[in-house]
Amino acid sequence: MPGELRNRLVTTLVETGAMVRFLFRILAGVPRALLRFDLVVAQVYNAGALSLVIIMLSGLFVGMVLGLQGFQLLQRFGSEEALGIAAAIGLVKELGPVVTALLFAGRAGTALASELGLMRATDQLSAMEMMAVDPVQRVVVPRFLGGIIAMPLLAAIFSMIGIYGAQLVGVQFMGVDSGSFWSQMRSGVDLVDVTEGIVKSGAFGIACSLIAVYEGYHAEPTAEGVGRATTRTVVTSAVTTLFLDYLITAMFLK
Amino acid sequence: MLCWETVNESAIVEIRDLHYAVNSRLIFAGLDLTIARGRVTAFMGPSGTGKTTLLRLITGQTAPTSGKVLVAGTDLATLSRDGIYALRQRMGMLFQNGALLTDLDVFENVAFPLREHTRLPERLIRDLVLTKLQAVGLRGAVLLMPGELSGGMARRVALARAIIMDPEILIYDEPFVGLDPISMGVILRLIRRLNDALGITSIVVSHDVQEICSVADAVFLLSGGKVVAQGTPQQLQSSQSEIVRQFVGGLADGPVPFHYPAGDYYTELLARDEAC
Repeated sequence: MPGELRNRLVTTLVETGAMVRFLFRILAGVPRALLRFDLVVAQVYNAGALSLVIIMLSGLFVGMVLGLQGFQLLQRFGSEEALGIAAAIGLVKELGPVVTALLFAGRAGTALASELGLMRATDQLSAMEMMAVDPVQRVVVPRFLGGIIAMPLLAAIFSMIGIYGAQLVGVQFMGVDSGSFWSQMRSGVDLVDVTEGIVKSGAFGIACSLIAVYEGYHAEPTAEGVGRATTRTVVTSAVTTLFLDYLITAMFLK
Repeated sequence: MLCWETVNESAIVEIRDLHYAVNSRLIFAGLDLTIARGRVTAFMGPSGTGKTTLLRLITGQTAPTSGKVLVAGTDLATLSRDGIYALRQRMGMLFQNGALLTDLDVFENVAFPLREHTRLPERLIRDLVLTKLQAVGLRGAVLLMPGELSGGMARRVALARAIIMDPEILIYDEPFVGLDPISMGVILRLIRRLNDALGITSIVVSHDVQEICSVADAVFLLSGGKVVAQGTPQQLQSSQSEIVRQFVGGLADGPVPFHYPAGDYYTELLARDEAC
């Protein structure tokens, strides 16, 4: 058993090292990719705009649940007016970036991984190499950048819709005072809270995009291989997101 | 072994004492061959003999374990990544399934190498793309997506893409797999016509003995990591070599055995009975 554990640890370390090397290869291609920004914009559309509906719907429901639960809890202490600040802090610092990242991994990450895996399986990447076109430069870098740009924007939209959902339940349905809801939120949410949310969503964007393009690009060129790459994308992205969430939260603690 | 005269013909690809192993399994052991410029050269051989690997070695996608691969007089081992890419701009390759980029339409697929490597005006790109599509008979399919093409059409579009940069060498990896007789005939005619009209060198890997022999100038038969026969299609078809006769005649058993290596059949059956 210890031998098996050691093997798995070594495999994980090797995999992480390969991923970091792949990241450096991607970063080396970023300056040239910026010169052809139309390719990046297309990927922002694929990863971002096409994920909007699921992000907005999820944000609304998460906000509404937060409004309900928060109202019930705060009512016990007679401080329902604090619902605005509670919902905003919870969404901007935590739920917005984390849930968006999990949804992003499930929607855009799997799409990226399976697309790249299928390109590998159908020789499209080899064909590019034969046309003297570096597939990492032409295909991977724009998708990576598209994911990084889309992720914080999606997290911001998620938080915004979530706050609206909390307001809908708290103010419209439960009768919390509208003025208190908004004014407490404005006075209680600091720039550092928003910054924490932005840093988290940026970090999650890098991690989820990297994992998706790495898994897809290195997928075994078979139906089973592409399926495995897609599954690994979701699982690895989810675990990495939650791990990074803890690290960044600890970093921002005063 | 048959011998094909290459007198007065310059070689475009030379392979010298090539060894190639994957996970300690030897694919090529001392392979030597020369591909002449301006000809249609076919590679045949049983499955798993490394024909596609040979193409990967010629195009620099894989490096040999030892030995030399010279393309247009340049040893691929001496080239950097940029050098390999520069050399590949002088080659075109048709993959087994066409390998068209599925998010681009036919026009953009054919225009892809031009957009990546040149800064030609849009008007000129359009004319070049339409010229190449006309050559493969698919100018009318310019707006279709790859998913809307039949297997034969996809391969013809891929062929148009492969010749868009006017390559010196055109490589075909199993170009007839899964094609109906009409599409196969079209691709066969295109291989010959493009080779002669553009003055290029064509390298074809195929299992379709009769078809490829009808257009090839030279044929290499690979087996067990070596060239076991080479010559003109006529020489190959009249060969008395057992392996050549098995391959050309499509015989199930011969030097390439029907049975995968296994223990004694009866012993294994009896052992099972005893176990029950």
